[in-house]
Amino acid sequence: MTRSRFQQGLDELRDKLLRMGGLAEQAIDRATEAYRTRDAKYCQMVLTGENEINQAEREIDELALDLLAMQQPMAVDLRFIMAVVKINADLERVGDQAVNIAQRVLDLISEPEMDLPVDIPRMAESVSTMVQRALESFLDGKAEIAEAVLQMDNIVDRMKDEAFVVLVQRMTSNGQTARAALNVLLISRALERIADHATNIAEDVIFWVRGADVRHGGAHYRS
Amino acid sequence: MGVGIEVRGLNAYYGKHLALKSVDMTVPANHVTAVIGPSGCGKSTFVRCLNRMHETIPEAHAEGEVKVGDMQVYGDGTDPVEIRRRIGMVFQKPNPFPTMSIYDNVAAGLKLNGFRNRKQISELVERSLKLSALWDEVKDTLHKKSGASLSGGQQQRLCIARSLAVEPQVLLMDEPASALDPISTSKIEELIFQLKQHYTVVIVTHNMQQAARVAELTGFFLMGSLIEFDKTEKIFTTPADKRTEDYITGRFG
Repeated sequence: MTRSRFQQGLDELRDKLLRMGGLAEQAIDRATEAYRTRDAKYCQMVLTGENEINQAEREIDELALDLLAMQQPMAVDLRFIMAVVKINADLERVGDQAVNIAQRVLDLISEPEMDLPVDIPRMAESVSTMVQRALESFLDGKAEIAEAVLQMDNIVDRMKDEAFVVLVQRMTSNGQTARAALNVLLISRALERIADHATNIAEDVIFWVRGADVRHGGAHYRS
Repeated sequence: MGVGIEVRGLNAYYGKHLALKSVDMTVPANHVTAVIGPSGCGKSTFVRCLNRMHETIPEAHAEGEVKVGDMQVYGDGTDPVEIRRRIGMVFQKPNPFPTMSIYDNVAAGLKLNGFRNRKQISELVERSLKLSALWDEVKDTLHKKSGASLSGGQQQRLCIARSLAVEPQVLLMDEPASALDPISTSKIEELIFQLKQHYTVVIVTHNMQQAARVAELTGFFLMGSLIEFDKTEKIFTTPADKRTEDYITGRFG
């Protein structure tokens, strides 16, 4: 078994994952656009796009399994494949969360527009940047970029907490807005979950590049 | 029981060629330690220095400190025969005495070491064949069949039994499964895993998956130097040295 064939397999795996990342980013952008424009067309695009993401997830898992079985990779190659498998699962969940957002937007636009004091597009922008940067760190194998992603997660968490407070206030003070406020609350939660997936992706990149486990707040190197 | 091995500043030569360069290694008792590296890296030379087999090659010699348990292997007055009784060795190609019976193959080392009591010899032969997981397959033909009549995998287990008969503390294995088929290999690997309860095992292997499967500690040699020595799972997932990583991922070697 030649190494170049193995290297080709690793390159193919990387390309497939980046393509999958592109689909997940597109789903977030379309869901955000649907919220911003209140246009059901974008929601439909997210819903139909999910199949493609699921298909990509299966292909990546299959290829990763083949490489593990046929090539018995070690060290950095083994860490790479393990990172890809985990990132793959996170990206598929990102796609699911985009679907959740699209479904909330469909419900929102079935009713007259309400003015709610939450800046979802701004939050979506931060979340989208996190996913982009996490994928960039994977593309370049740069742990420093991944570390920057970890820092951004706190900001998104805070945005979601603020949204929760003001939306609950609004629901309590004005019952008419409850349905819309709940939808927006669920959207902010979906965005926060996507940020968590971006964080996981960044942690997996750090594990691949440096061999360090930085999950759960700390750098754990094998002793 | 097995004993630990302390190696300090070990240099080995073939004539003037320095084949091992100042190797330090601490091999813990009752563990399996694997030695890996590309051809010519010094891994076989290293294990052959542990029981002074190296110096049996013309013009070869070694210097430095090797302590096996409380025995100074390179100490003045240490008897190489006693060293090799305490430190058994199994080679790549099974080498039973072809004309001797299975029983006599295992008893040979005992007789060489002065054992005369037939009952005691018989007990040790049975114990050794059981330890090497060969007993059930040969117990009815111990005296009838020759060592050479066994399959390759059985022959290798017979050689392991022969090494174990003299009750060594350390078992050195130089590519013990590389001439065997996968089923015999997995039997030998399972055996190695069992043997560490009683012995300290050092195994040289070209097969990295084998090192990963059987050894708790792995040392990587390159051009006569010990580059990295650590827990096996560390070596195969997150090696500290770039050269180790390049070797185990097949980027050179």
